[in-house]
Amino acid sequence: MTITLSETMTLNLLLLTLACFGIGAAGALLTAPWPRVSRLVGHACALVGAIGTLALGAAGLAGGTLGVIIPALLPVGGFSLGIDRLSAFFILVIAVAAIPSALYAIAYTRDYEGRHSLAGMGCGFNAFLAGMVLVVLARNALTFLLMWEVMSLASYFLVMTEAEHGETQHAGWVYFVMTHAGFACLFVGFLLMARATGTMDLGEWRAASVTVSEPMRYAVFALLALGFGTKAGVIPLHIWLPKAHPAAPSHVSAMMSGVMIKLGIYGLVRIGFDWLGVGPSWWGGAILVVGAISAVLGVLYALVEQDLKCLLAYSSVENIGIILLGVGGGMLFQSYHLDALASLALVAGLYHTVNHATFKPLLFMGAGAVVHATGTRNMEELGGLIKRMPQTAAYFLIGSVAIAALPPFNGFISEWLLFQSLLLSFQISATGTNLLFAAVVAALALTSGLAAACFVKAFGITFLALPRSEYAKRAREVPWMMRGAMGMSAVACLVLGVAPVGLLRLLNATAADLTGAHTDAHFNWDVIVADGAFAMASPLWIAVALTSLLALVLVALRIIGANARRRAYETWGCGRALQTSRFEYTSTAFANPFKRVFGLLYRPVKELDIRFHPESPFFVETITYRNEARSIFDEALYGPMSRLVQWASHRARIVQSGSVHLYLLYILVALVVLLALAG
Amino acid sequence: MLTQILIEAIQLLLVGLGAPLLVGLVRRVKARLQGRRGAGVLQPYADLRKLLVKEAVVSETTSWIFRFTPYLLVATMLLSSLLVPLLTTLTPLGFIGNIIVLMYLFLLGTFFLALAGLDAGSAFGGMGSSREMAVAALAEPTVMIAIFAIALRVGNTGLDEIVRRGADDSLLLLNPGHLLAFVAFFIVALAETGRLPVDNPATHLELTMIHEAMILEYSGRHLALIEWAAGMKLLIFLALLSNLFFPWGVAMAVTPAALTVAFVALVVKVGTLAVGIAAIETAVAKLRLFRLPALLSGSFALALLAVISFLFVK
Repeated sequence: MTITLSETMTLNLLLLTLACFGIGAAGALLTAPWPRVSRLVGHACALVGAIGTLALGAAGLAGGTLGVIIPALLPVGGFSLGIDRLSAFFILVIAVAAIPSALYAIAYTRDYEGRHSLAGMGCGFNAFLAGMVLVVLARNALTFLLMWEVMSLASYFLVMTEAEHGETQHAGWVYFVMTHAGFACLFVGFLLMARATGTMDLGEWRAASVTVSEPMRYAVFALLALGFGTKAGVIPLHIWLPKAHPAAPSHVSAMMSGVMIKLGIYGLVRIGFDWLGVGPSWWGGAILVVGAISAVLGVLYALVEQDLKCLLAYSSVENIGIILLGVGGGMLFQSYHLDALASLALVAGLYHTVNHATFKPLLFMGAGAVVHATGTRNMEELGGLIKRMPQTAAYFLIGSVAIAALPPFNGFISEWLLFQSLLLSFQISATGTNLLFAAVVAALALTSGLAAACFVKAFGITFLALPRSEYAKRAREVPWMMRGAMGMSAVACLVLGVAPVGLLRLLNATAADLTGAHTDAHFNWDVIVADGAFAMASPLWIAVALTSLLALVLVALRIIGANARRRAYETWGCGRALQTSRFEYTSTAFANPFKRVFGLLYRPVKELDIRFHPESPFFVETITYRNEARSIFDEALYGPMSRLVQWASHRARIVQSGSVHLYLLYILVALVVLLALAG
Repeated sequence: MLTQILIEAIQLLLVGLGAPLLVGLVRRVKARLQGRRGAGVLQPYADLRKLLVKEAVVSETTSWIFRFTPYLLVATMLLSSLLVPLLTTLTPLGFIGNIIVLMYLFLLGTFFLALAGLDAGSAFGGMGSSREMAVAALAEPTVMIAIFAIALRVGNTGLDEIVRRGADDSLLLLNPGHLLAFVAFFIVALAETGRLPVDNPATHLELTMIHEAMILEYSGRHLALIEWAAGMKLLIFLALLSNLFFPWGVAMAVTPAALTVAFVALVVKVGTLAVGIAAIETAVAKLRLFRLPALLSGSFALALLAVISFLFVK
């Protein structure tokens, strides 16, 4: 692109965006006595800020530069910001999700009036958005860590909005512990790297990393990967995610799931392709394996969920896994010096990142609309909503088709590219690696099949057939602003699915910045050609052909004189007199085949309790059936770990006797030891 | 330009008109093998005609998804028939998608069919949807690994290119990996098209059906479209199996003579496979639903072995 943007313009856009978030945060607090005003000010400013973020991202991708260093604000290197294509792309990802989410929040938060502090929510939401933008722009280790913490704390407070529920408190606590365990890893990793390279400036790390000793680079990689992996929610570090996402208000879940966890991906891309230079092949291999496990297990856990938002949260674990397949595959290709192929895998991963930032907020907003209309997230109590909330249903359906990676929506493009890049792994001549890739292809295929099943369930059980409860029966369509926000995301899903060319070209350049080579792919307006003529697909023509064939079938039926009449009648019920929702398939029933096939993983608990009438065993009074899946991670990993920590802290409590004399003795002993060491 | 339109039109007609014939053929051969006389091979056409003139009865419980699905299903199958090389490797619309696109188009149809199964709110529909999605999800890894094996062999995932390179080098057909991939893909085709031993297309016994349970609520023109689409899917899968793995006779140039040869070759190959399916359906019983993972993981293992054999022999 030939447009050159002056640095001042990018800087002004940044200042404008941050000013919006700042005014929103301060305004929400200042108008706290008037909840309605506070709510509107907070979220309207967030919306304007999000639009500013979009402009900032576009400016960055168009070649705008940025260099802000304020030494006075922070020690060691100051407060330092900069922008490159990767940063700009992630800013764009933030904006794509933030604009509809903020718009949605304006109407959605009305429910919270009078029940919760809207000032806190408005302030937290703005701080959350600003924190995420600044994390991506940070060019100094300390700036990065500080903004990372702003983002984490703001989201923590947002998760705790409904703190009166015990469930929310538990979710908040787990989130707090996990995010800070991750932060500790990041902190140590950053400090080690800064010491090894002698600079806190992130921009200089790539060049300096060649001089860092191998064990030190391995240690830094492991620590940073753990830290970023926790934020991304990869298995087994995911346990906070299915708790925190459902507990938060829906527009916050949309942002956390659509964007915040992506910043973990941002970090992993930075360490894999930028800060640490080209690593050994086991780095990419490890990320590939973790990605495959996250993808398959994430969707398997999503499949058995009955809580709609919890299902979406587990599906985020799955999608993070899919993105990591692109990132890990790229790293592995790069360690074999197949730079063009590395770019292709990275493009696929990054494209899936932006896709997930469009359809996951859409789905969370849809789930929020369902909660808004019915007051429940339990799918077993829903059903029949497609007739009561037709627009929400249509948007949720678009989100479901997109996330199931079906054409002509956007999820399909990234998954197709990912499959092509993984299949091209035969260019590596190392049989072990080839087999790893074959296993990963199988894992991705299984994931996409299971994701389709999962979203047939999510949409079908929630929106189709008859309502299963009074709440669902009384549901009404949500306000226009919420529908508008969902509509925006739905349109984005279609546009990114039908016309991916512009973004693909930009991503090609972004990936080339990191790997040093462009992909061997041609991204034309009507057809994508990967690696010579290895693979071709035309998303635009798929959509056009499907629509015209649909029309053709309709016309043809007319011409051959098919009977066009339709009669409405009740569902055939084996001769039963009436049809009620009691005969419908439930979410549990839908997931049952999967529970049996993957029983080893779920280890389902099955309880069947039948109470007979006291007079005669031929009359059944109640039947209670429970069939729950357990999480092996809670049982086998985190359970023992938390018991160990508890045991250790009980032991350590001995030193804290409460006697001042003993404490004085400790001080004396410590002094003596220190003096001896110093001497 | 005219040739191109002609080729695509021929493909469309071949799949659209051939599908009921194929279904009739399989049923007829099955009947003969079982010692019954059976209906004539043209019976499915009569069935479709009858369904088309009947009024459609639609459950009051359903939404627009139920009514939209049959049309979408037929549209995806017709689009697939434009992408697959049937008579010649010069499918002008081949650029729209490769073999992976084709599989995702099938999945799109399955997705909506499963939704339609849930829409009427009967227990059977839900049961069918749940089982259909389970089978589809478990079959997916095999499909991709089989595609991987093919891509390894010819270095391409474009359908035309796979057939062309296979035809150039017929010695490839003697490769053990090739045969393994064929068997794996064949089992997947049985699962995807709802044939024995995965699903019994001839049954309406509630507890065993998968596909039939999903479409239980359909009638009239909707049912006709779904039956037609199911027939087209079977035909496309059999044509894929014949042309990808045994590309004999496929026309490399568009001449009337070559196209005639290709047509005869296609009829013979697909006919052989159809007789094979009829024989299998006569010989084996339907597997219990929870035995299916064993069958599908078996076919997955075969596909993986195909990949491994290519990696080691290359």
